[in-house]
Amino acid sequence: MNSQTVLSIFKKEFKAYFLSPIAYVFTTVYLVVTNFLFFQGFFLMNQADMRGYFGLLPWVFLIFVPAITMRIWAEEKKLKTLELLLTWPVSDFEVVLAKFLASFCFLSLSVLLSITVPITIMILGKPDMGPIIGGYLGALLMGAAYLAIGLWVSSITENQIVAFIVGVVVTFGFFIVGNTFVTMAAPSWLVPVLSYIGLGNHFDSVGRGVVDSRDIIYYVSIIGFFLFLNVRSIESRKWE
Amino acid sequence: MLEVRNLNKKFGDAHVVRDLNFEVHKGEILGFLGPNGAGKTTTMKMITCFISLTSGEVRVDGLDVRTNDLVTRKKIGYLPESTPLYNDMTIQEYLSFVGEVRGLKGARLASRIDEMSQVCSLGSMKNRQIGKLSKGFRQRVGLAQAMIHDPDLLILDEPTSGLDPNQIVEIRQLIKRVGKEKTVVYCSHILPEVSATCSRILIINNGAIVAQGTPDELTAHSSSGGRYIVKVKADQATAESKFGAIPGVSGTTVGALSGDWLQVNVFSDEKQDIGDRIFKCAVDNGWSLSELKRESATLEDVFTQLTRGQ
Repeated sequence: MNSQTVLSIFKKEFKAYFLSPIAYVFTTVYLVVTNFLFFQGFFLMNQADMRGYFGLLPWVFLIFVPAITMRIWAEEKKLKTLELLLTWPVSDFEVVLAKFLASFCFLSLSVLLSITVPITIMILGKPDMGPIIGGYLGALLMGAAYLAIGLWVSSITENQIVAFIVGVVVTFGFFIVGNTFVTMAAPSWLVPVLSYIGLGNHFDSVGRGVVDSRDIIYYVSIIGFFLFLNVRSIESRKWE
Repeated sequence: MLEVRNLNKKFGDAHVVRDLNFEVHKGEILGFLGPNGAGKTTTMKMITCFISLTSGEVRVDGLDVRTNDLVTRKKIGYLPESTPLYNDMTIQEYLSFVGEVRGLKGARLASRIDEMSQVCSLGSMKNRQIGKLSKGFRQRVGLAQAMIHDPDLLILDEPTSGLDPNQIVEIRQLIKRVGKEKTVVYCSHILPEVSATCSRILIINNGAIVAQGTPDELTAHSSSGGRYIVKVKADQATAESKFGAIPGVSGTTVGALSGDWLQVNVFSDEKQDIGDRIFKCAVDNGWSLSELKRESATLEDVFTQLTRGQ
């Protein structure tokens, strides 16, 4: 793997977020929506913690993450720039990796901008910092898994709207299978499998401040699996 | 420099490229000519490793593109048909991005960007956003992108499509200049383009080669004979019968011009020039002759002949 090419594609992809207004719009919407929803209940609960905030994230990410990833491949396909990009001396994996890292950095930046929330809480009370740091770590891991899924969905279409909607549906599917109202109805032998696959379940424990290696392995394998599918779908142009 | 052996490409049932064989040597500009849908772009995509080959072999500088694709891609500069560029970048940003991906850095990158913007006359436009450029400038940015790493083999897929006549001349001159040291494959469906720039032409139709050679060779190989345009002062009926009687003439048409002048079109099946016989015929009959011209088959005739009705 050539790190210079990965780095240059990464830089270009990361900058691309700020060249169009979409990034600013989505980051603003994300911050306003999460802050609004959180602080609505915050003062009623009268507890100095961020559990309510992190509880929102799996739902907010369902919309926010596919919006970040929808254009990544679909636009390149539509504008045919992919035809040029993939004839440069870069491997398919290097391109996938660079694009994933750029989207991850963008997501991290948006999530870190919510730092105003813990600051506010610290001014108002004495929160336990462990769960807050754990929550942010979990949010980034979960966000990265959503990104890997969204990125793959974007690579199978050249229409951004389709990429967005299918991305929401697929991530929602992965999220919902582990939810209690699905596992309640499922046959009992399937329950442990479903609750293991569910994207949100692993977030809960990290969000409580418990960083379990099993959860980290889970997210890393989801990311690895979808990036692998992504490389395959880019390669598929050669299979015809 | 570029060798293509028994190249085939099938998309499902469609056999798009059939048993293509050709070579391009260093310092040669090869015109790759064919009607739309003949398989030109597919062939170029296979050479540049964008799509895989069904069977056959493509070698760039002796290296197989299937096993050494990352190496061969470095040697190739490619301008795809639709000139795809990232619209939200400026020319400067775009060229330095391409250069970095191509492995250039620091002072070498900066000097290559300067050189390319000079060669492609982009100087004053460097900080313009690509999405706001005219078609001609986009094309030049595309060319600059293809040449930024100083490739040995340059593949240009319809580089002049959508340009105005002045821009076409500029791009043509640019390609000719580049073609002196590099190997260029120039795809087009526009004939005058190719005959003006290329040292050798390859005509393909339905995915197979139908003719190849220098522009002169191709016109000479044309099966159609010559047409002679003769302007004489004579009686219409006599002129028709006398010219028709010349050995080698297959037909004549006569039209009256102003005064007593006639324009006679004399058709011949023979490859060799029969102009001297026509001249002699006019002299023998005491006709004044003001014009005698042979119209040989143009490349255009060859092209339509070879690519029509299959």
